[in-house]
Amino acid sequence: MILNSAKRELLEAELLSAEGLAPKGRSLSGDAMRRLLRNKAAALSLIVLALLVLIAIFGPSFLPFNYEDPDWTSFRGPPDFAAGHYFGTDGNGRDLLARTLYGTRVSLTVALVATLVSVLIGVLYGAVSGYFGGRVDAIMMRFVDIMYALPYVLFVILLMVIFGRNVYLLFAAIGALEWLTMARIVRGQTLSIKQREFIEAARASGQRSFKIILKHIVPNLVGPVVIYATLTIPEIIATESFLSYLGFGVQEPLTSLGTLIAEGSAGMETTPWILFFPAGFLVALLMSLLFIGDGLRDAFDPKDR
Amino acid sequence: MFRYALRRLLSTIPVLWIAVTVCFFILRLAPGGPFDGERPLPPEVKANLAAHYNLDKPLVEQYLIYVGDVMKGDLGPSFANQDFTVTQQIMSGFPYTLTIGGSAFVLATIIGVFIGCLGALYQNRSADYWLGGGLLIGLVMPSFLIAPILQLVFGNELGWLPVGGWGDGSVRFLVLPIIVLTLPHAARISRLMRGSMIEVMSQNFIRTAKAKGIGPRLTVMRHALKPAMMPVVSYLGPAASYLLTGSLVVESIFGLPGVGRYFVGAALNRDYGMVLGTVIFYMVLIVVLNLLVDIAYAWLDPKVRMR
Amino acid sequence: MTDTLLELKDYSITFRTPEGEVAAVSKLNLKIGRGERVAVVGESGSGKSQTFLGLMGLLAKNGRTSGQALLDGKDILKLKPRELDHVRGKDVAMVFQDPMTALNPSLRISRQLTEQLEVHGGLSARAASTTALDMLKRVGIPDPTRRFNLYPHELSGGMRQRIVIAMALLTKPKLLIADEPTTALDVTIQAQILDLFNELTAEMHTALVMITHDLGVVAGLADRVAVMYAGRIVEEAPVDELFENPAHPYTAALHASIPRPDQDVDDLAVIPGRPPNLMHLPRGCAFSPRCAHVEDDCIDAPPPLDQLAPQRCAACFHPLSANQERSLVHG
Repeated sequence: MILNSAKRELLEAELLSAEGLAPKGRSLSGDAMRRLLRNKAAALSLIVLALLVLIAIFGPSFLPFNYEDPDWTSFRGPPDFAAGHYFGTDGNGRDLLARTLYGTRVSLTVALVATLVSVLIGVLYGAVSGYFGGRVDAIMMRFVDIMYALPYVLFVILLMVIFGRNVYLLFAAIGALEWLTMARIVRGQTLSIKQREFIEAARASGQRSFKIILKHIVPNLVGPVVIYATLTIPEIIATESFLSYLGFGVQEPLTSLGTLIAEGSAGMETTPWILFFPAGFLVALLMSLLFIGDGLRDAFDPKDR
Repeated sequence: MFRYALRRLLSTIPVLWIAVTVCFFILRLAPGGPFDGERPLPPEVKANLAAHYNLDKPLVEQYLIYVGDVMKGDLGPSFANQDFTVTQQIMSGFPYTLTIGGSAFVLATIIGVFIGCLGALYQNRSADYWLGGGLLIGLVMPSFLIAPILQLVFGNELGWLPVGGWGDGSVRFLVLPIIVLTLPHAARISRLMRGSMIEVMSQNFIRTAKAKGIGPRLTVMRHALKPAMMPVVSYLGPAASYLLTGSLVVESIFGLPGVGRYFVGAALNRDYGMVLGTVIFYMVLIVVLNLLVDIAYAWLDPKVRMR
Repeated sequence: MTDTLLELKDYSITFRTPEGEVAAVSKLNLKIGRGERVAVVGESGSGKSQTFLGLMGLLAKNGRTSGQALLDGKDILKLKPRELDHVRGKDVAMVFQDPMTALNPSLRISRQLTEQLEVHGGLSARAASTTALDMLKRVGIPDPTRRFNLYPHELSGGMRQRIVIAMALLTKPKLLIADEPTTALDVTIQAQILDLFNELTAEMHTALVMITHDLGVVAGLADRVAVMYAGRIVEEAPVDELFENPAHPYTAALHASIPRPDQDVDDLAVIPGRPPNLMHLPRGCAFSPRCAHVEDDCIDAPPPLDQLAPQRCAACFHPLSANQERSLVHG
C-alpha cells in the first residue's frame, strides 16, 4: 500500500554511511534529464501519466454525463457505447467514466496538496535541523526517529474521528505525516552543503541564520527534494485511497479512486467493471509514478542500480 | 549487549508516556467526545464513563488514575459497546491479528531477503528481471485491490479457498489474508535487500574475502549477508507499522475478527474509548517491536553497541 | 622444481567500456623466482595493480585476461573460479591498500583469521585459533589474546594492516602480493610495516611482489624492480643498478622527482605532461610525449623490451647511459 521502498533504500544507504550524510547535492542538469528519458520505463510512464492527468482534467467536459447525476434509465449497467456510458454505470446510476475521471482528479489534488505540505514541512524542518546541528539537530532527529516507527494512518484516522471527515483536514493530515523522510533527506543534504565555503562567507558577512537557510541552502536542495516528492506522491495517493476505501477519506458526493474501488469491490462478482475501471486507473497512476520516481533517482545517481 | 538493550528499553518509556498523556487529553477535550454533552449517549454508557473516568475528581488526579489504569492494562470502557471494555475487545481480537500479522511479518522478511539476495547475485540477468517484475505487482497494487481479485479468482471462480471468515481456524482460511498482507512487504524488503546486497558486494572487505579463496558460499553467507541485512532490519520497525495498518484492510475485507476490524468499526462509529485504547495498544506493540528490531540491529552492527 | 615460481607470458588485460576496449596491460612478460622480492613501480593507471588483480580473479566484470600466468608451471588464468579458490588465499595471497576497509566490520578478527585455515588447511576450529594467535604474535600485535576477539573498528589502522598481513601469511603462501600496503598509513607506521614484510617473507621464504609508486619503499625492500608505464614494463633491473643507472628516461624521471633534503633547488622536479590516456596511446613509445630525450624514431613505433645486460632490460630506443641521468629533469 505505501510505496516507499525506493525512499527507504536510499535512506538506508544514507544511514549506513557515516552519520547519515547524504550524497553530495546534485543539480537538475540536462545530463540527468537525458538519462531519465533514456530509461524506457520512465519515458513511457511520463507519457502515461501526462495522458492520465490530461484526461482527468479535461475529460469530464467532453462527456455526456457528469459524475453525480443519476441516469434513471440505467442502474449498474455494463459499458454501453451507444448510450454514452463508456465505463458503465454504478449502483446509483451515475456514469462510471465520469466518476472515475472525477475520482482521479480528487486523488491527484489530494496528492499534490499533501505533497506540498509534506515538502514544506520536511524541507524547513530538515534544513533547520541540519543547519543548526548539535543538540538541536539531535533532538529534532530523535523526534523524527520516534515518529518514523509509529503507524501514521492510525493517527490520521484518529484525527478524522475527532475532527470529522473534512477534505482539507485530509490533505493536511496526510501531508503532515509524510514529511518525515523528506526531513531526513534534507537534513543530510544540509549537513553536506553546510560545509561548503560560500556558507562560511555568508555567515562571515553577518547574514542571519534563517536568511542563510532560505537563500543559500534551500535552493541547493531542489534536486533531491524533487526526487523524493515524486516518490512521495504515489504513497500519498495510496494512503488516501486506503483511507477512502475504509470510509475515512473523502465523503459523498465527492469521490476518489479509493471510494470507487470500495464500491466496486462490493459488487465484484456481478458488476466487475465498477471495480476494474477505477482500479485500472489507480494502478496505472501508481505504476507510472513509481517508474518515474525510480528513473529520476537513477538519472541522478546511476550507480544506485 | 545487555546494557544496550536496557538503555533502549528505558528510552521507550518517555515515548509511551507522552502518547498516553496525549490520548488522555484528547479524551477529555475532543469535540463530540463523551464529556462534551453534545452527543446523546445511552445512559448505561454514560454511567460507565462517569464511573471509570472519575469526573468528580480534580484533573491531575484523573490523569494519574488514567495512567495507572493504562499501565495495568485497563483501557477503559467502550463508548459504543456497553457490554465489553476496550481491553476485552482488544484481547479477543488480538490472537487473530497476531496469527495473520505475525505470519505475514515473518514470511515477508524471509521471502524478501531471499529474493533480494537472488536479485543481487544474478543482477541484470533474466532471473533478476522476472523476479523484480513479478514483485512490482505486489509493490504497486494496493492490498484492497489484490484482495478482491484473489477472492474472485481463488474463491469464487476456482473454489479452492474460502473468501473470508475465520471458519474453524484451519489453514485454508488463513492463506489468502496472509498472502495479501505479505505481498507488498515482501516486495519492498526484496528491493531493499537487493540494493543493499549489491552495495555490500562491491565493498573492499568482500574483495579480501574473495582473495582468501574461501569460496562463493562462505563469502556471501558469512561475509556479505550480515552487513547487507542492516538496512532491512532497520526497516523492519516501520514495516511492522505498515503491516499493522495493512491488517486493518485485510481484516475488514476478509471478515476476520481481529483488532483491526474492531478499530475500523469503532472509528466509523466515533467510539472514542475504543479508538484511543486501540491506538495505545498498537503503540505499545510497535514500540516493543522496534525495541526488538533495535536489538537485532545491534547484533548485526557491532559499532552501534558502543554508542 | 625450477627457481621460477610465477611466469607471466604475453599477459594482457582488456576492459570493455562503452567507449571501446581499453588495454590496461599489454603483453606483459615477467618472471618471479621463489623467495624473490620484486617491486613493481608505476603511476596510477600504469596497470601495476590490475596485473595482479587479474591473477587473483579479482578484475571488474568487464575485464578479460589473455596470455599465460604460470604458477609452478600451471596456468592459473585458465582455472575456473572454483579451482582458483584453491590457489588464492593458499598459494598466492594478496594484501590491499586500505586497511580500514579491508576487514569485515561485522566479524571478529578471530573469525576472519581462522576461516582460511579451516577452508584451506582443514584445521579444526581450535587448531586454527592457536595458529592464528601465534601469527598475531608474530606480526607484532601487543596483547594478542585479548585483541583476538575484537572487531576491526576497535583497532588502529596500523594494527589492522598487521592483521591483514597475518591473514595473508597464515597459509604460508608461496607468493605474497602487496598492493601499496603502506600508502594509507602514517609515515612512522610505514617503516614498521615494511620491516614486517621484510622479516616475514625472508623467514618463510615467500616470494614478494610489492606494488608501489614510491621509490623510497622500493629501496629498502626489493631485490629486483620492474617499472611499468601505460600497461607495459619499460624497465627491469636489480634494485641497486636501477637507482644508480636507470636506463629508461621514465625511471630516471621518477627517481629525480623524489624530493631530497640535501638538494638545493628552487622548484620541485616534476615529470612534465600528463599520464597517458590508455584509449589513445601514441603510435610510438608511450612515454615519448613527456620524454626529455625523445628522438624521431621514438615516435614511429613502440620500442621493444631490449636486453641490456644479463639482468637488465629496458623498452627504449635510446636508453640512458650512466652520465645522462643528471640532465634529465626540467622544472
